[in-house]
Amino acid sequence: MLEAGVLVLGCKLAVLLECKNLNFMIEINDISKVYNTDGTPYQALHGVSFKINDGEFVAIMGPSGSGKSTLMHILGALDTPTGGTYFLDEKDVSTLTENELANIRKNKIGFVFQSFNLLPRTTVLRNATLPLVYTGIEKKEREIRAKEALLAAGLEEEYFDHLSNQLSGGQIQRVAIARALVNNPSLILADEPTGNLDSKTGEIVLDTFKKLNEEKGNTIILITHEPIVAEHADRIIFIRDGKIISDSKEHKKNKK
Amino acid sequence: MKIGDILEETFSALLSNKVRTSLTMLGIVIGIASVIVMVSVGQGASSSITERIESTGSNLLMITPGATKNIGYGARSAGGTAKTLTIKDSEEILSSINSVKNITNQVSGRYQVVYKGSNTNTSVLGTDKNYSSVRNVEILQGNFIENSYVDNSSKVAVLGPAVVKNLFAVDEEEFENIDLSNVIGRSIKINKIEFKIIGVTKSKGSSGFSNQDDIIYIPYTTAQKYLSGDKYLTEIDVQISKSDLMTDAQTEITNLLLILHNISDATSADFSINNQSDLLETITSTTQTLTILLGAIAGISLLVGGIGIMNMMLTTVTERTKEIGLRKAIGATGDDVSFQFLTEAVVLTFSGGIIGVILGWGISFGINYFGLTTTTVSIGSIILAVGVSAGIGIIFGYYPAKRAAKMNPIEALRYE
Repeated sequence: MLEAGVLVLGCKLAVLLECKNLNFMIEINDISKVYNTDGTPYQALHGVSFKINDGEFVAIMGPSGSGKSTLMHILGALDTPTGGTYFLDEKDVSTLTENELANIRKNKIGFVFQSFNLLPRTTVLRNATLPLVYTGIEKKEREIRAKEALLAAGLEEEYFDHLSNQLSGGQIQRVAIARALVNNPSLILADEPTGNLDSKTGEIVLDTFKKLNEEKGNTIILITHEPIVAEHADRIIFIRDGKIISDSKEHKKNKK
Repeated sequence: MKIGDILEETFSALLSNKVRTSLTMLGIVIGIASVIVMVSVGQGASSSITERIESTGSNLLMITPGATKNIGYGARSAGGTAKTLTIKDSEEILSSINSVKNITNQVSGRYQVVYKGSNTNTSVLGTDKNYSSVRNVEILQGNFIENSYVDNSSKVAVLGPAVVKNLFAVDEEEFENIDLSNVIGRSIKINKIEFKIIGVTKSKGSSGFSNQDDIIYIPYTTAQKYLSGDKYLTEIDVQISKSDLMTDAQTEITNLLLILHNISDATSADFSINNQSDLLETITSTTQTLTILLGAIAGISLLVGGIGIMNMMLTTVTERTKEIGLRKAIGATGDDVSFQFLTEAVVLTFSGGIIGVILGWGISFGINYFGLTTTTVSIGSIILAVGVSAGIGIIFGYYPAKRAAKMNPIEALRYE
């Protein structure tokens, strides 16, 4: 904690002095998470630390039970860590209240889920607009932004008025990606986005992420247990038993 | 979240399961409609009884012979049968009490009345000229009892419309067209004594207990002389000039009559005075109790409807757990979520309430129209019903909404 505080202070000082190399978008330090269900404590994360720059495409990979879901929940401001600090855009997220977390999720994070989670019997456009409903933006503006996001996610305009249950799996996941994009988040978190799709459709979805990262500069974190999926990312962080086993960035650095 | 967005979400959610929405709403519709109908029946009864009592005349004190107050444990002398009131009492009251506006003497009895072949048993009221103004009796044709008839103990009779119908064997439609001047001047026999018809009164309508039109008026002196055969009166009606003088006048008359009758103890009075406003108050409070009782019974069905709402909202919240998880993940706060579900419940009960008001109004109109009983739908009961229905939405929607708001987004998203 103290270190982190010094770091922030240092960074703020550094910003004043135009120091940029400390200015990461995501910075987690020694994150740990202990669940206390039924009285028996279970430690899902043991001191995880990494930094992710603006515009990176990172895969967090690990087998089931490795703690990657817990890590995703913390990164996505759905949960707070038991120990350690998490800075998102220089803001300490690890100590926020529930309403403050909701605010972070509303403005800075876009989620893509394995099970899509579109509203049933609702139009594509309305699904994509949903996050903006909570921001107080005017309806017209919301629709313009949602249309942009849908096009960016690679969905053709003719589908905008279709109901969500009339679409194919690949199309559904693109609507979900558009929904994640629509509030212009700092970070897109994709939790096994291809888990419910066949490999060909999965490929298309992963290409969509790649394109968004390369052309629009979106920061994307992909959580998966499949190496084939993880390979689409520029950087792979491998975790097991709540600890980071490898981080390809370190490799690349080492190689260089 | 803006109110427009919430309403849009609410309507699409409620319309997505039309059968369940309408069945749940039906509970509230029935509840509200029955409250409206029940209260309208109660208020209708109250206002029609009040109207009838007021139609007998205003600011009335009715003096009858015999005590009608309870003496001791249930011992009660039969009111009206004793013979204690005389014309002297009546004259004294008129001359010594200032607030008396009008006074009318009555001698009543039931007798057999015959006209040619047809005969009927009806009440015959011996009275005087003042009766028509004190008791609001209006003449349709001919004249009412004049002072000269009283002075001469004339054998003349004024008939109520029901008596005309009975004696002259005409039905409602024929009565409208009958030439009443033919009736006037004819002779009828009351208790085998011949009377000449001098007038017919307008209809006063029948109250629930007695038909006010089935009556024959004759001079009270005639009634004393030929029918009752004594010098007593069966009732003295006193009309007081102002309604706020009623209580004082009642005390004054009581004291006066006690002196006239040589009675020192007020509890053993041989007459009783009924205040019309007392009667009105008693009946009003009775009908009010009736209205509250009916409303309360209907309120139970409203409560059941409310529980139905809660049941549906709990089901909806469980069903939409994943949706709640998603909404929270994309930035909805607990308040956003709870407000959304609360709005759903309120919209459901509020629209149910409005439909219920329309239905209840229709039913009570129908009850009135088909003459089952008089009903009055008051604006107050409508506002109350609509308010209560919205309130039920808030009360029974609160717990499900709170439950939705408290959901952990991670668990909600995992829910299958």
